[in-house]
Amino acid sequence: MTPTHIVSIYDEELKYLTRRISEMGGTAEQMVGDSVRALVNTDMALAQKVISEDVILDTAERQINEKAIVTIAKRQPMAADLREIMGAIRIAADLERVGDLGKNTAKRVIAVQGSSIPRNLARGLEHLAELALMQLKEVLDVYASRNIEKAKEIRERDDEIDAIYTSLFRELLTYMMEDPRNITPCTHLLFCAKNIERIGDHATNIAETIFYMATGSQPEGERPKDDHTTSVGAIEE
Amino acid sequence: MNIMTEAATEELLEKKMNAVPLKMVGKDVSVYYGDKRALYDVNLNVRENTVTALIGPSGCGKSTFLRTLNRMNDTIDGCRVTGSITLDGDDVYDPSIDVVELRARVGMVFQKPNPFPKTIYENVAYGPRIHGLAKSKADLDLVVEHSLQKAGLWNEVKDRLQEGGTGLSGGQQQRLCIARAVAVSPEVILMDEPCSALDPIATAKVEELIHELRANFTIVIVTHSMQQAARVSQRTAMFHLGNLVEENDTDKMFTNPDDQRTQDYIMGRFG
Repeated sequence: MTPTHIVSIYDEELKYLTRRISEMGGTAEQMVGDSVRALVNTDMALAQKVISEDVILDTAERQINEKAIVTIAKRQPMAADLREIMGAIRIAADLERVGDLGKNTAKRVIAVQGSSIPRNLARGLEHLAELALMQLKEVLDVYASRNIEKAKEIRERDDEIDAIYTSLFRELLTYMMEDPRNITPCTHLLFCAKNIERIGDHATNIAETIFYMATGSQPEGERPKDDHTTSVGAIEE
Repeated sequence: MNIMTEAATEELLEKKMNAVPLKMVGKDVSVYYGDKRALYDVNLNVRENTVTALIGPSGCGKSTFLRTLNRMNDTIDGCRVTGSITLDGDDVYDPSIDVVELRARVGMVFQKPNPFPKTIYENVAYGPRIHGLAKSKADLDLVVEHSLQKAGLWNEVKDRLQEGGTGLSGGQQQRLCIARAVAVSPEVILMDEPCSALDPIATAKVEELIHELRANFTIVIVTHSMQQAARVSQRTAMFHLGNLVEENDTDKMFTNPDDQRTQDYIMGRFG
Protein backbone atom coordinates (compact mmCIF):
# COMPACT_ATOMS: atom_id res chain seq x y z
CA MET A 1 0.00 0.00 0.00
CA THR A 2 1.28 3.49 -0.78
CA PRO A 3 2.18 5.43 2.33
CA THR A 4 0.10 8.44 3.31
CA HIS A 5 1.05 12.02 2.54
CA ILE A 6 3.17 14.04 4.91
CA VAL A 7 0.52 16.75 4.64
CA SER A 8 -2.43 14.75 5.92
CA ILE A 9 -5.10 17.12 4.63
CA TYR A 10 -3.90 16.29 1.11
CA ASP A 11 -5.04 12.71 1.75
CA GLU A 12 -8.42 14.06 2.82
CA GLU A 13 -8.72 16.01 -0.41
CA LEU A 14 -7.98 12.94 -2.50
CA LYS A 15 -10.38 10.86 -0.43
CA TYR A 16 -13.09 13.44 -1.02
CA LEU A 17 -12.73 12.90 -4.76
CA THR A 18 -12.86 9.11 -4.45
CA ARG A 19 -15.89 9.27 -2.21
CA ARG A 20 -17.78 11.64 -4.51
CA ILE A 21 -17.00 9.52 -7.56
CA SER A 22 -18.37 6.45 -5.79
CA GLU A 23 -21.50 8.35 -4.87
CA MET A 24 -21.93 9.53 -8.45
CA GLY A 25 -21.49 5.96 -9.60
CA GLY A 26 -24.21 4.74 -7.25
CA THR A 27 -26.63 7.44 -8.44
CA ALA A 28 -25.86 6.81 -12.12
CA GLU A 29 -26.39 3.08 -11.69
CA GLN A 30 -29.72 3.67 -9.98
CA MET A 31 -30.86 6.10 -12.66
CA VAL A 32 -30.01 3.78 -15.53
CA GLY A 33 -31.77 0.83 -13.88
CA ASP A 34 -34.83 2.93 -13.12
CA SER A 35 -34.98 4.43 -16.61
CA VAL A 36 -35.08 1.01 -18.27
CA ARG A 37 -37.64 -0.27 -15.75
CA ALA A 38 -39.75 2.82 -16.40
CA LEU A 39 -39.51 2.20 -20.14
CA VAL A 40 -40.36 -1.49 -20.04
CA ASN A 41 -43.24 -1.03 -17.58
CA THR A 42 -44.33 2.37 -18.94
CA ASP A 43 -43.97 3.73 -15.42
CA MET A 44 -44.38 7.49 -15.72
CA ALA A 45 -43.71 8.24 -12.07
CA LEU A 46 -40.42 6.36 -12.14
CA ALA A 47 -39.44 8.11 -15.37
CA GLN A 48 -40.16 11.46 -13.72
CA LYS A 49 -38.00 10.47 -10.76
CA VAL A 50 -35.06 9.68 -13.07
CA ILE A 51 -35.46 13.00 -14.86
CA SER A 52 -35.42 14.90 -11.60
CA GLU A 53 -32.33 13.06 -10.33
CA ASP A 54 -30.09 14.15 -13.17
CA VAL A 55 -29.31 17.41 -11.40
CA ILE A 56 -27.59 15.42 -8.62
CA LEU A 57 -24.96 14.17 -11.06
CA ASP A 58 -24.56 17.56 -12.72
CA THR A 59 -23.89 19.16 -9.35
CA ALA A 60 -21.55 16.38 -8.24
CA GLU A 61 -19.51 16.65 -11.42
CA ARG A 62 -19.15 20.38 -10.98
CA GLN A 63 -18.10 19.99 -7.36
CA ILE A 64 -15.57 17.29 -8.20
CA ASN A 65 -14.05 19.47 -10.93
CA GLU A 66 -13.84 22.46 -8.62
CA LYS A 67 -12.20 20.44 -5.88
CA ALA A 68 -9.80 18.84 -8.35
CA ILE A 69 -8.71 22.20 -9.72
CA VAL A 70 -8.18 23.67 -6.27
CA THR A 71 -6.17 20.59 -5.26
CA ILE A 72 -3.97 20.85 -8.35
CA ALA A 73 -3.35 24.54 -7.65
CA LYS A 74 -2.62 23.99 -3.96
CA ARG A 75 -0.71 20.71 -3.94
CA GLN A 76 0.87 20.59 -7.38
CA PRO A 77 0.38 16.84 -7.46
CA MET A 78 2.89 14.53 -9.08
CA ALA A 79 2.87 11.05 -10.57
CA ALA A 80 0.12 8.78 -9.17
CA ASP A 81 -1.54 11.68 -7.33
CA LEU A 82 -1.74 13.70 -10.52
CA ARG A 83 -3.15 10.72 -12.42
CA GLU A 84 -5.66 10.15 -9.60
CA ILE A 85 -6.97 13.71 -9.86
CA MET A 86 -7.05 13.79 -13.66
CA GLY A 87 -8.79 10.41 -13.56
CA ALA A 88 -11.41 11.72 -11.15
CA ILE A 89 -12.19 14.61 -13.52
CA ARG A 90 -12.58 12.25 -16.46
CA ILE A 91 -14.62 9.65 -14.62
CA ALA A 92 -16.93 12.34 -13.23
CA ALA A 93 -17.53 13.52 -16.80
CA ASP A 94 -18.31 9.96 -17.95
CA LEU A 95 -20.72 9.39 -15.07
CA GLU A 96 -22.43 12.70 -15.70
CA ARG A 97 -22.98 11.60 -19.30
CA VAL A 98 -24.35 8.26 -18.11
CA GLY A 99 -26.87 10.23 -16.06
CA ASP A 100 -27.83 12.28 -19.12
CA LEU A 101 -28.39 9.12 -21.14
CA GLY A 102 -30.57 7.65 -18.39
CA LYS A 103 -32.54 10.88 -18.27
CA ASN A 104 -32.97 10.87 -22.03
CA THR A 105 -34.32 7.31 -21.92
CA ALA A 106 -36.72 8.34 -19.15
CA LYS A 107 -37.99 11.25 -21.22
CA ARG A 108 -38.84 8.90 -24.08
CA VAL A 109 -41.07 6.86 -21.78
CA ILE A 110 -43.63 9.64 -22.19
CA ALA A 111 -43.43 9.46 -25.98
CA VAL A 112 -43.89 5.71 -26.22
CA GLN A 113 -46.52 5.36 -23.47
CA GLY A 114 -49.51 4.96 -25.84
CA SER A 115 -48.00 2.27 -27.99
CA SER A 116 -47.54 -1.27 -26.82
CA ILE A 117 -44.00 -2.52 -26.91
CA PRO A 118 -43.74 -6.12 -28.06
CA ARG A 119 -42.75 -8.32 -25.15
CA ASN A 120 -39.66 -9.81 -26.79
CA LEU A 121 -38.45 -6.38 -27.82
CA ALA A 122 -38.71 -5.22 -24.22
CA ARG A 123 -36.79 -8.29 -23.17
CA GLY A 124 -34.06 -7.41 -25.67
CA LEU A 125 -33.80 -3.92 -24.22
CA GLU A 126 -33.75 -5.30 -20.70
CA HIS A 127 -30.97 -7.66 -21.59
CA LEU A 128 -28.97 -4.86 -23.18
CA ALA A 129 -29.49 -2.76 -20.07
CA GLU A 130 -28.49 -5.64 -17.80
CA LEU A 131 -25.18 -5.95 -19.61
CA ALA A 132 -24.54 -2.21 -19.61
CA LEU A 133 -25.43 -1.99 -15.94
CA MET A 134 -23.18 -4.92 -15.13
CA GLN A 135 -20.33 -3.15 -16.92
CA LEU A 136 -21.06 0.01 -14.98
CA LYS A 137 -21.33 -1.78 -11.66
CA GLU A 138 -18.14 -3.73 -12.20
CA VAL A 139 -16.18 -0.73 -13.36
CA LEU A 140 -17.23 1.10 -10.19
CA ASP A 141 -16.04 -1.88 -8.17
CA VAL A 142 -12.74 -1.68 -10.03
CA TYR A 143 -12.54 2.01 -9.17
CA ALA A 144 -12.60 0.96 -5.53
CA SER A 145 -10.31 -2.07 -5.86
CA ARG A 146 -7.97 -0.82 -8.64
CA ASN A 147 -7.80 -4.34 -9.99
CA ILE A 148 -6.06 -3.89 -13.33
CA GLU A 149 -6.89 -7.33 -14.69
CA LYS A 150 -10.57 -6.68 -14.03
CA ALA A 151 -10.33 -3.29 -15.75
CA LYS A 152 -8.92 -4.98 -18.84
CA GLU A 153 -11.71 -7.59 -18.78
CA ILE A 154 -14.38 -4.90 -18.70
CA ARG A 155 -12.75 -3.13 -21.60
CA GLU A 156 -12.71 -6.30 -23.64
CA ARG A 157 -16.34 -7.13 -22.93
CA ASP A 158 -17.91 -4.09 -24.55
CA ASP A 159 -18.38 -5.95 -27.86
CA GLU A 160 -21.17 -8.07 -26.30
CA ILE A 161 -23.22 -4.93 -25.78
CA ASP A 162 -22.46 -3.78 -29.29
CA ALA A 163 -23.60 -7.12 -30.72
CA ILE A 164 -26.93 -7.03 -28.89
CA TYR A 165 -27.42 -3.43 -29.87
CA THR A 166 -26.88 -4.34 -33.52
CA SER A 167 -29.46 -7.11 -33.34
CA LEU A 168 -31.97 -4.82 -31.60
CA PHE A 169 -31.40 -2.27 -34.34
CA ARG A 170 -32.27 -4.87 -36.99
CA GLU A 171 -35.29 -6.05 -35.06
CA LEU A 172 -36.65 -2.53 -34.68
CA LEU A 173 -36.27 -2.01 -38.42
CA THR A 174 -38.44 -5.03 -39.12
CA TYR A 175 -41.22 -3.69 -36.86
CA MET A 176 -41.09 -0.38 -38.66
CA MET A 177 -41.31 -2.08 -42.02
CA GLU A 178 -44.25 -4.19 -40.84
CA ASP A 179 -46.43 -1.25 -39.88
CA PRO A 180 -45.69 2.46 -40.37
CA ARG A 181 -47.52 3.24 -37.13
CA ASN A 182 -44.63 1.57 -35.34
CA ILE A 183 -42.16 4.06 -36.69
CA THR A 184 -42.57 6.69 -33.97
CA PRO A 185 -42.31 4.39 -30.94
CA CYS A 186 -39.64 2.24 -32.59
CA THR A 187 -37.51 5.30 -33.34
CA HIS A 188 -37.75 6.28 -29.70
CA LEU A 189 -36.81 2.76 -28.67
CA LEU A 190 -33.91 2.87 -31.07
CA PHE A 191 -32.63 5.97 -29.29
CA CYS A 192 -33.15 4.24 -25.97
CA ALA A 193 -31.13 1.26 -27.16
CA LYS A 194 -28.46 3.64 -28.40
CA ASN A 195 -28.45 5.39 -25.01
CA ILE A 196 -27.88 2.11 -23.25
CA GLU A 197 -25.16 1.12 -25.67
CA ARG A 198 -23.45 4.45 -25.00
CA ILE A 199 -23.56 3.76 -21.29
CA GLY A 200 -21.51 0.65 -21.99
CA ASP A 201 -19.01 2.82 -23.86
CA HIS A 202 -18.72 5.16 -20.89
CA ALA A 203 -18.10 2.18 -18.61
CA THR A 204 -15.31 1.15 -20.97
CA ASN A 205 -13.89 4.68 -20.91
CA ILE A 206 -13.87 4.56 -17.13
CA ALA A 207 -12.09 1.18 -17.21
CA GLU A 208 -9.40 2.70 -19.43
CA THR A 209 -9.07 5.72 -17.16
CA ILE A 210 -8.67 3.47 -14.12
CA PHE A 211 -6.04 1.45 -15.97
CA TYR A 212 -4.14 4.66 -16.66
CA MET A 213 -4.55 5.89 -13.09
CA ALA A 214 -3.08 2.69 -11.73
CA THR A 215 -0.30 2.05 -14.23
CA GLY A 216 0.55 5.38 -15.84
CA SER A 217 0.17 3.88 -19.30
CA GLN A 218 -2.72 3.36 -21.68
CA PRO A 219 -4.12 -0.15 -22.11
CA GLU A 220 -2.66 -1.73 -25.20
CA GLY A 221 -4.51 -2.56 -28.39
CA GLU A 222 -7.78 -1.37 -29.87
CA ARG A 223 -10.86 -1.94 -27.81
CA PRO A 224 -13.04 -4.60 -29.42
CA LYS A 225 -16.09 -3.31 -31.29
CA ASP A 226 -19.09 -5.22 -32.55
CA ASP A 227 -21.40 -2.36 -33.43
CA HIS A 228 -22.32 -2.97 -37.07
CA THR A 229 -25.33 -0.67 -37.18
CA THR A 230 -23.50 1.85 -39.32
CA SER A 231 -23.58 -0.64 -42.18
CA VAL A 232 -26.97 -2.28 -41.58
CA GLY A 233 -28.67 -0.48 -44.48
CA ALA A 234 -25.79 -1.24 -46.80
CA ILE A 235 -25.98 -4.96 -46.09
CA GLU A 236 -29.69 -5.18 -46.79
CA GLU A 237 -29.67 -3.24 -50.02
CA MET B 1 -2.45 5.48 -41.10
CA ASN B 2 0.75 5.40 -39.16
CA ILE B 3 -0.07 4.52 -35.60
CA MET B 4 2.90 3.75 -33.42
CA THR B 5 2.56 1.45 -30.50
CA GLU B 6 3.60 2.75 -27.12
CA ALA B 7 6.57 0.44 -27.03
CA ALA B 8 7.76 1.68 -30.43
CA THR B 9 7.36 5.31 -29.36
CA GLU B 10 9.33 4.67 -26.21
CA GLU B 11 12.02 2.91 -28.17
CA LEU B 12 12.27 5.85 -30.54
CA LEU B 13 12.50 8.31 -27.66
CA GLU B 14 15.15 6.15 -26.08
CA LYS B 15 17.12 6.11 -29.34
CA LYS B 16 16.77 9.87 -29.66
CA MET B 17 17.94 10.35 -26.10
CA ASN B 18 20.86 7.98 -26.57
CA ALA B 19 21.90 9.92 -29.66
CA VAL B 20 22.63 12.97 -27.48
CA PRO B 21 26.37 12.88 -26.77
CA LEU B 22 27.52 12.46 -23.19
CA LYS B 23 29.26 15.51 -21.82
CA MET B 24 30.21 14.11 -18.44
CA VAL B 25 30.24 10.51 -17.30
CA GLY B 26 30.25 9.53 -13.64
CA LYS B 27 31.23 5.93 -13.05
CA ASP B 28 31.05 4.17 -9.67
CA VAL B 29 31.44 7.51 -7.93
CA SER B 30 31.73 7.24 -4.16
CA VAL B 31 32.44 10.12 -1.81
CA TYR B 32 33.63 9.91 1.79
CA TYR B 33 33.76 12.71 4.32
CA GLY B 34 36.32 11.22 6.71
CA ASP B 35 34.81 7.89 7.74
CA LYS B 36 31.34 8.83 6.63
CA ARG B 37 30.32 7.65 3.21
CA ALA B 38 28.12 10.17 1.41
CA LEU B 39 27.77 8.56 -2.03
CA TYR B 40 27.57 4.91 -3.02
CA ASP B 41 28.83 3.90 -6.47
CA VAL B 42 26.83 6.41 -8.44
CA ASN B 43 26.70 5.91 -12.21
CA LEU B 44 25.25 8.98 -13.82
CA ASN B 45 25.75 10.53 -17.23
CA VAL B 46 25.28 14.18 -18.10
CA ARG B 47 24.16 14.69 -21.68
CA GLU B 48 25.29 17.58 -23.81
CA ASN B 49 23.00 20.64 -24.10
CA THR B 50 20.62 19.03 -21.71
CA VAL B 51 19.39 20.22 -18.34
CA THR B 52 19.85 17.44 -15.82
CA ALA B 53 18.08 17.95 -12.49
CA LEU B 54 19.26 16.24 -9.33
CA ILE B 55 16.54 15.78 -6.74
CA GLY B 56 16.16 14.01 -3.43
CA PRO B 57 15.65 14.70 0.27
CA SER B 58 18.21 16.67 2.29
CA GLY B 59 21.42 14.74 2.87
CA CYS B 60 20.78 12.37 -0.03
CA GLY B 61 24.06 13.24 -1.76
CA LYS B 62 22.79 15.29 -4.70
CA SER B 63 24.89 18.37 -3.87
CA THR B 64 27.85 16.12 -3.07
CA PHE B 65 27.58 14.57 -6.51
CA LEU B 66 27.23 17.99 -8.15
CA ARG B 67 30.39 19.17 -6.42
CA THR B 68 32.39 16.18 -7.62
CA LEU B 69 31.79 17.32 -11.21
CA ASN B 70 34.14 20.30 -10.92
CA ARG B 71 36.07 19.11 -7.86
CA MET B 72 34.54 21.61 -5.47
CA ASN B 73 34.90 18.86 -2.84
CA ASP B 74 38.68 19.23 -3.03
CA THR B 75 38.46 22.18 -0.69
CA ILE B 76 36.74 20.13 2.02
CA ASP B 77 39.09 18.53 4.55
CA GLY B 78 38.90 14.76 4.71
CA CYS B 79 36.82 14.46 1.56
CA ARG B 80 37.77 11.56 -0.65
CA VAL B 81 36.34 10.67 -4.05
CA THR B 82 36.62 7.24 -5.69
CA GLY B 83 35.41 6.03 -9.07
CA SER B 84 35.82 8.17 -12.16
CA ILE B 85 34.31 11.30 -13.62
CA THR B 86 35.13 12.30 -17.14
CA LEU B 87 34.56 15.50 -19.09
CA ASP B 88 34.58 14.81 -22.82
CA GLY B 89 36.37 11.57 -22.02
CA ASP B 90 39.09 13.14 -19.85
CA ASP B 91 39.27 12.12 -16.20
CA VAL B 92 38.70 15.26 -14.13
CA TYR B 93 40.50 13.67 -11.15
CA ASP B 94 43.63 12.99 -13.19
CA PRO B 95 46.63 14.55 -11.36
CA SER B 96 47.64 16.34 -14.55
CA ILE B 97 44.39 18.26 -14.71
CA ASP B 98 44.58 21.94 -13.81
CA VAL B 99 41.70 22.48 -11.39
CA VAL B 100 41.42 26.18 -12.20
CA GLU B 101 41.15 25.28 -15.86
CA LEU B 102 38.57 22.60 -15.03
CA ARG B 103 36.40 25.06 -13.12
CA ALA B 104 36.53 27.43 -16.06
CA ARG B 105 35.11 24.64 -18.19
CA VAL B 106 32.67 23.50 -15.52
CA GLY B 107 31.31 26.65 -13.90
CA MET B 108 29.13 26.92 -10.85
CA VAL B 109 26.26 29.01 -9.50
CA PHE B 110 25.45 28.77 -5.82
CA GLN B 111 22.34 28.81 -3.70
CA LYS B 112 22.91 32.29 -2.31
CA PRO B 113 23.87 34.91 -4.84
CA ASN B 114 27.49 35.73 -4.02
CA PRO B 115 28.67 38.61 -6.19
CA PHE B 116 32.13 39.97 -5.45
CA PRO B 117 32.09 43.26 -3.51
CA LYS B 118 33.06 45.01 -6.72
CA THR B 119 31.27 46.78 -9.54
CA ILE B 120 28.82 44.95 -11.79
CA TYR B 121 31.36 45.27 -14.60
CA GLU B 122 34.20 43.82 -12.52
CA ASN B 123 32.08 40.91 -11.34
CA VAL B 124 31.69 39.73 -14.91
CA ALA B 125 35.12 40.87 -16.19
CA TYR B 126 37.08 39.16 -13.43
CA GLY B 127 36.99 35.63 -14.83
CA PRO B 128 37.78 36.44 -18.47
CA ARG B 129 40.62 38.68 -17.29
CA ILE B 130 42.39 36.09 -15.10
CA HIS B 131 41.87 33.42 -17.77
CA GLY B 132 43.25 35.79 -20.41
CA LEU B 133 40.14 35.51 -22.57
CA ALA B 134 40.16 39.15 -23.65
CA LYS B 135 43.05 40.80 -25.45
CA SER B 136 41.97 44.40 -25.05
CA LYS B 137 39.65 46.58 -23.04
CA ALA B 138 37.27 46.64 -25.99
CA ASP B 139 37.30 42.83 -26.07
CA LEU B 140 36.56 42.68 -22.40
CA ASP B 141 33.72 45.18 -22.74
CA LEU B 142 32.22 42.93 -25.37
CA VAL B 143 32.54 39.81 -23.21
CA VAL B 144 30.87 41.63 -20.30
CA GLU B 145 28.04 42.84 -22.50
CA HIS B 146 27.44 39.45 -24.08
CA SER B 147 27.56 37.65 -20.76
CA LEU B 148 25.09 40.06 -19.20
CA GLN B 149 22.87 39.67 -22.24
CA LYS B 150 22.98 35.89 -22.01
CA ALA B 151 22.06 36.18 -18.34
CA GLY B 152 19.13 38.42 -19.28
CA LEU B 153 20.48 41.25 -17.13
CA TRP B 154 21.96 43.64 -19.70
CA ASN B 155 18.95 45.90 -20.13
CA GLU B 156 18.56 46.29 -16.40
CA VAL B 157 22.19 47.19 -15.65
CA LYS B 158 23.74 48.61 -18.82
CA ASP B 159 23.58 52.19 -17.48
CA ARG B 160 25.09 51.38 -14.13
CA LEU B 161 27.89 48.95 -14.80
CA GLN B 162 30.16 50.83 -12.43
CA GLU B 163 27.79 50.47 -9.50
CA GLY B 164 28.35 47.79 -6.88
CA GLY B 165 27.10 44.28 -7.68
CA THR B 166 25.85 43.82 -4.14
CA GLY B 167 23.45 46.72 -4.60
CA LEU B 168 21.30 44.72 -7.00
CA SER B 169 18.16 42.84 -5.93
CA GLY B 170 18.51 39.16 -5.00
CA GLY B 171 17.23 37.96 -8.35
CA GLN B 172 19.49 40.36 -10.23
CA GLN B 173 22.45 39.29 -8.11
CA GLN B 174 21.80 35.67 -9.00
CA ARG B 175 21.63 36.51 -12.69
CA LEU B 176 24.85 38.49 -12.24
CA CYS B 177 26.43 35.33 -10.84
CA ILE B 178 25.15 33.43 -13.85
CA ALA B 179 26.64 36.12 -16.13
CA ARG B 180 29.90 35.72 -14.22
CA ALA B 181 29.82 31.96 -14.75
CA VAL B 182 28.95 32.37 -18.44
CA ALA B 183 31.70 34.99 -19.02
CA VAL B 184 34.51 32.42 -19.09
CA SER B 185 32.64 30.41 -21.75
CA PRO B 186 32.23 27.25 -19.74
CA GLU B 187 30.93 24.03 -21.28
CA VAL B 188 29.01 22.89 -18.26
CA ILE B 189 27.23 25.03 -15.66
CA LEU B 190 26.47 23.53 -12.27
CA MET B 191 23.69 25.14 -10.28
CA ASP B 192 23.18 24.37 -6.62
CA GLU B 193 19.63 25.41 -5.74
CA PRO B 194 20.00 28.65 -7.67
CA CYS B 195 16.48 29.86 -6.90
CA SER B 196 15.93 28.89 -3.30
CA ALA B 197 16.66 32.45 -2.09
CA LEU B 198 14.61 34.12 -4.82
CA ASP B 199 10.99 35.22 -5.09
CA PRO B 200 8.71 33.62 -7.74
CA ILE B 201 9.30 36.35 -10.33
CA ALA B 202 13.08 36.22 -10.02
CA THR B 203 12.79 32.41 -10.04
CA ALA B 204 10.82 32.53 -13.29
CA LYS B 205 13.50 34.75 -14.84
CA VAL B 206 16.25 32.35 -13.84
CA GLU B 207 14.21 29.41 -15.17
CA GLU B 208 13.67 31.21 -18.46
CA LEU B 209 17.40 31.81 -18.52
CA ILE B 210 18.18 28.14 -17.91
CA HIS B 211 15.94 27.31 -20.83
CA GLU B 212 17.88 29.70 -23.09
CA LEU B 213 21.31 28.70 -21.82
CA ARG B 214 20.67 25.10 -22.74
CA ALA B 215 21.32 25.88 -26.40
CA ASN B 216 24.97 26.68 -25.63
CA PHE B 217 25.72 24.97 -22.35
CA THR B 218 25.19 21.72 -20.53
CA ILE B 219 23.45 22.34 -17.23
CA VAL B 220 23.23 20.31 -14.06
CA ILE B 221 20.92 21.71 -11.42
CA VAL B 222 20.25 20.64 -7.86
CA THR B 223 16.83 21.71 -6.67
CA HIS B 224 14.53 21.08 -3.76
CA SER B 225 11.56 22.16 -5.78
CA MET B 226 10.09 19.23 -7.63
CA GLN B 227 8.06 21.57 -9.76
CA GLN B 228 11.21 23.40 -10.75
CA ALA B 229 12.93 20.16 -11.71
CA ALA B 230 9.87 19.24 -13.76
CA ARG B 231 9.82 22.65 -15.43
CA VAL B 232 13.45 23.18 -16.35
CA SER B 233 15.03 19.79 -16.95
CA GLN B 234 14.92 17.11 -19.63
CA ARG B 235 16.52 14.45 -17.46
CA THR B 236 16.04 13.95 -13.75
CA ALA B 237 18.09 11.91 -11.31
CA MET B 238 16.72 10.98 -7.91
CA PHE B 239 19.12 10.43 -4.99
CA HIS B 240 18.29 8.78 -1.70
CA LEU B 241 20.65 8.02 1.20
CA GLY B 242 23.69 8.43 -1.00
CA ASN B 243 22.40 6.19 -3.77
CA LEU B 244 21.21 7.09 -7.23
CA VAL B 245 17.73 5.63 -7.15
CA GLU B 246 16.48 6.45 -10.61
CA GLU B 247 17.50 8.47 -13.63
CA ASN B 248 14.85 9.05 -16.22
CA ASP B 249 13.25 11.36 -18.72
CA THR B 250 11.80 14.24 -16.75
CA ASP B 251 8.37 13.78 -18.33
CA LYS B 252 8.31 10.15 -17.26
CA MET B 253 9.82 10.88 -13.86
CA PHE B 254 7.02 13.18 -12.77
CA THR B 255 4.08 11.32 -14.24
CA ASN B 256 5.05 7.69 -13.84
CA PRO B 257 8.40 7.04 -12.15
CA ASP B 258 9.81 3.52 -12.10
CA ASP B 259 11.01 3.47 -8.53
CA GLN B 260 8.72 3.45 -5.50
CA ARG B 261 11.09 5.73 -3.56
CA THR B 262 10.95 8.33 -6.33
CA GLN B 263 7.19 8.00 -6.36
CA ASP B 264 6.92 8.53 -2.60
CA TYR B 265 9.34 11.45 -2.61
CA ILE B 266 7.83 13.44 -5.44
CA MET B 267 4.30 12.84 -4.17
CA GLY B 268 5.27 13.98 -0.67
CA ARG B 269 4.46 10.69 1.02
CA PHE B 270 6.11 8.93 3.93
CA GLY B 271 8.74 6.55 2.56
